[in-house]
Amino acid sequence: MILCFSCKEEKKDAIAEAQIETPNTLELEVHDFNGIKKYLTATDDKTYVVNFWATWCAPCVKELPYFETLNSEYKAKDVEVILISLDFPSKYESKLKPFIVDKKLQSKVVALDDADANSWIPKVDESWTGAIPATVIFNKNKRKFYEKSFTYDELETELKQFLN
Amino acid sequence: MKTLKLVFAFVAMLSLSAFTTVGDGHGYHVGDIATDFKLENIDGKMVSLADYKDAKGFIVIFTCNTCPYAVAYEDRIIELDKKYADKGYPVIAIMPNNTDVKPGDNMEAMQARAKSKGFTFPYLIDEGQKIYPQYGATKTPHVYVLQKTAKGNQVKYIGAIDDNYKDASQVNTTYVENAVDALLKGKEIKETQTRAIGCSIKV
Repeated sequence: MILCFSCKEEKKDAIAEAQIETPNTLELEVHDFNGIKKYLTATDDKTYVVNFWATWCAPCVKELPYFETLNSEYKAKDVEVILISLDFPSKYESKLKPFIVDKKLQSKVVALDDADANSWIPKVDESWTGAIPATVIFNKNKRKFYEKSFTYDELETELKQFLN
Repeated sequence: MKTLKLVFAFVAMLSLSAFTTVGDGHGYHVGDIATDFKLENIDGKMVSLADYKDAKGFIVIFTCNTCPYAVAYEDRIIELDKKYADKGYPVIAIMPNNTDVKPGDNMEAMQARAKSKGFTFPYLIDEGQKIYPQYGATKTPHVYVLQKTAKGNQVKYIGAIDDNYKDASQVNTTYVENAVDALLKGKEIKETQTRAIGCSIKV
C-alpha cells in the first residue's frame, strides 16, 4: 500500500493485474429465463443493448467486437451492452469462459440456461423466430427487436435513435 | 368524420402490413400449400415430394452439420424417421446453408455426416438456396409437417421438434410427434406452431 502511494505507475499495474481473469477464476452468471427478465426491462434512465449470441455462432462472434466498441464508446451516454450467451451448459467451462477471457470481453456476459425455448422466445419479442444473432435495444420510452447481424455503423445508427 | 375514418383505415393497414412483414417474413403459415422441389440427395439422385406416391405426408426438416442445435437433434431426427416413415410420414432433411460460408455443410461433409450417423432419410442440399425462403425457414433445425391433400402438401405444423434441445430424456412435449400422431388419428393438432433457438441460415 505504501509502495503504491509512492509510485503511481505501480499502483496502476497492480490494478491491471488484479483484473486479469483466467477461465478458472471467472464467475459466470447463469440464469433461467426468469432470472434474465431483469436484463430485458428498463428500470432506470439507461439505454440497454441486449445481444443473444453463442461462441459456436459464427455471425454472432463476428459482430461481437461491434457490441464491445459500442459499450465502451457510449458508456458515458448511459448505454449498457449485455451479452446473453446461449452456449450449451456443457460448454461453459470448455468454450464460453475461455472465450470471455481470451477476447477480454468488457460488456456484461450472462448465460441463459432454459431449454424450453418455446416458452420464453415470444417473451423476448413476439416476432423472434429463434434464430441467433438477435438483439434488443430499449430504454424506458422505446423498444426495438432485431433478428439479424449488424455492422458497427448499422448498430450505431440504431442506437442513436434511442439517444437524445 | 369521413376523413378521420380514412385515416384510421390507413393506420390500420399500415400496422397490419408491419405485423405481416416483421418476423416470419414471407414464409408459409399453417394451412398454406407447400411447394414441391427437386433437390440433390447425398446419393447423387434428385428427390421430390412427388416421388413418394404412398406417403400421407412429410416431416420436412431444415437442418445441417455445423449447428450445435441441429447436431443435438440428429438422433431424435433419425428416431422420427424410424417411427413415422412406415406410417406414411417420412423425414425429408434439407440443408439450407450457403456452403461457401459454411464449407462444413457441403455435399461431401453431408455425405460423411449421413454415413457416420446412419441417416435413414434423404439429406438434400438446397442448391441455390431457393427452397428454404419459400418455406420461410430462418434457422436450423426448423420443422414443417406437411399433409398430402387434394390441393397439395398442406402445412400442418411449423417449429421445434420438442421442448428440450439439451436433453432428450428431459423432454416434456414432443411437438412434432404430437402433430403427426394427431394427423394419423385424424384429430386436431393442439400446438401448430412453436419456436426454438437455432442457428440462422447462412446466406
